[in-house]
Order: sequence, then C-alpha cells, then structure tokens
Amino acid sequence: MRESKLWTWHILSAVVIVVLLGAHMGTMHLGGLLERLGVGSGDPVDWARVLHRSRQTGYMATYITLLGAGLFHGLYGLRSLFLELSLPKRAERAVGGVLAVAGIALFIYGSYVAVALVRGSGV
Amino acid sequence: MLQRRKNRLGFWGWLGGGRYGPDRYAYSLHRLTGLGILAYFIMHIFVTGQRLGGQQRWEGIMASLGSPTVRAGEFLVVLAFAFHAANGIRLVLAELGLLIGRPGVPAFPYSYSALRHRPVLIAAMAVAALLAVAGGVDLYFGMH
Repeated sequence: MRESKLWTWHILSAVVIVVLLGAHMGTMHLGGLLERLGVGSGDPVDWARVLHRSRQTGYMATYITLLGAGLFHGLYGLRSLFLELSLPKRAERAVGGVLAVAGIALFIYGSYVAVALVRGSGV
Repeated sequence: MLQRRKNRLGFWGWLGGGRYGPDRYAYSLHRLTGLGILAYFIMHIFVTGQRLGGQQRWEGIMASLGSPTVRAGEFLVVLAFAFHAANGIRLVLAELGLLIGRPGVPAFPYSYSALRHRPVLIAAMAVAALLAVAGGVDLYFGMH
C-alpha cells in the first residue's frame, strides 16, 4: 500500500515536472531561439533579470514546487534503481533513509534560498 | 535467499535489452538519462543558490560556466531532458492504460500491447529529437 502510494506520487510529480520544467527549459534553454523569432526578451541569466524573477512570490512558489517535485521524482527513481539490485533488506532500508535525508536537506536549502531572495537578500 | 541471488541480474539487469527490443532499450536509456538529470539537478540547486551571494558572485559563476566543455555538458543535459520527458509522457500514458490497445483473441497474425504501442514510442522519439535540435540550435546559435 505504501509503495503504491509512493508510485502514485512519483507519477504525479512527473506531471508537475513536465509542466513546470517544460516552461523553465523553454525560458532558459530556448530563449535565444525565441528571441530570434521575435518572442523572447533577453538573456535569462542576466543578473537584473535573475533578481527581478527571484523577488516575485509567484516565482518563489513555482521554484519551491518544482524543487520538491524534482527531488522526490529523482530520488525515488534512484531508490527504485537500488531496489532492483536485490539488496539485503537492511541495505534497502538504509538506501531509502539516506536518500530521504538527502532529499529533505536539499529541499530545505533550496527553499531557504528562494525565500531569502524574496525577503531581499542577494543585493 | 538462494532464489533471490539466482535471480539477481545486477547491472546487466539495468542495461541489457535481451530479446525485448527497442522498448527495453528505451527503458534503460530512461534510467541513464534520469541519473544524469538528477546529478545535474543537485548541482543546479547549489549553483542557483549562489544568487544569495549577490551580483558579483553570480556573474563570476556564470562566466566560469561559459567554457565549450560546460556548454557541451549543458547540451547533453538538454538531450537527456528531451528524451526523458518525451519517453516519460509515453510511460505515464501506458501506465494509465492509454494507447496500448484493447486485449483480444490471440489469433494469427499475433498482436501484443508493446507492438500496438510502438507508434507511440516512435512519436515520442520524434518529439525528443525535435526538442534536442531546438535546444542545440539555441545553445550554439542563439543570442546568448
């Protein structure tokens, strides 16, 4: 039951990632192409643009959502790879624990950065 | 325990397609690209965290990431993302029972769900190729 719930979350997080990361990739990695087509608006990693985006609450919420979905999807996928190696049960639990702790730590760090920038840090 | 060891495929279980055809290699590639994207994503969290250090630190980091080697690595990430996203959408559709056809009587010429699903795999690969080309053109011929 627990595993099927985690699998459902894995698929749901994939849907979130496709939408949000698709938008992110479109902005960050197709920006030059779009600009040539008259749609884009400058270098997305230019500091003024980065700071402008980082100050917006909506951007922060999107960033944190994508961060959580990406970390869960990626680390759950990594755990699945390890489980397919038919490890001893204790090792399986240890892998799950280590990945969970790593995911939580990365989520806290990424969220801290996003919230701190909205509150005015980084100037 | 002995049975568990006997059935253990190890790394060959990840990479080997056996007689299962292109779908099985798509599975292996999905895992490989997933690992690559995860490694990049974790690094990306720390790189974007450098925004907290202010303009000078950010611009220094961005300047250090402009080398041809890093750009080639970035292109690999775009390739991995294009494949993983397109193939992942196909997998979610299959997981939900969509586009795999209805079960039927096993009569000659035999048909099976993986075969009926093959056009979706080809379409997903075409979408991945388009995304990869667009990403490559942007990276190497864009305005940045």
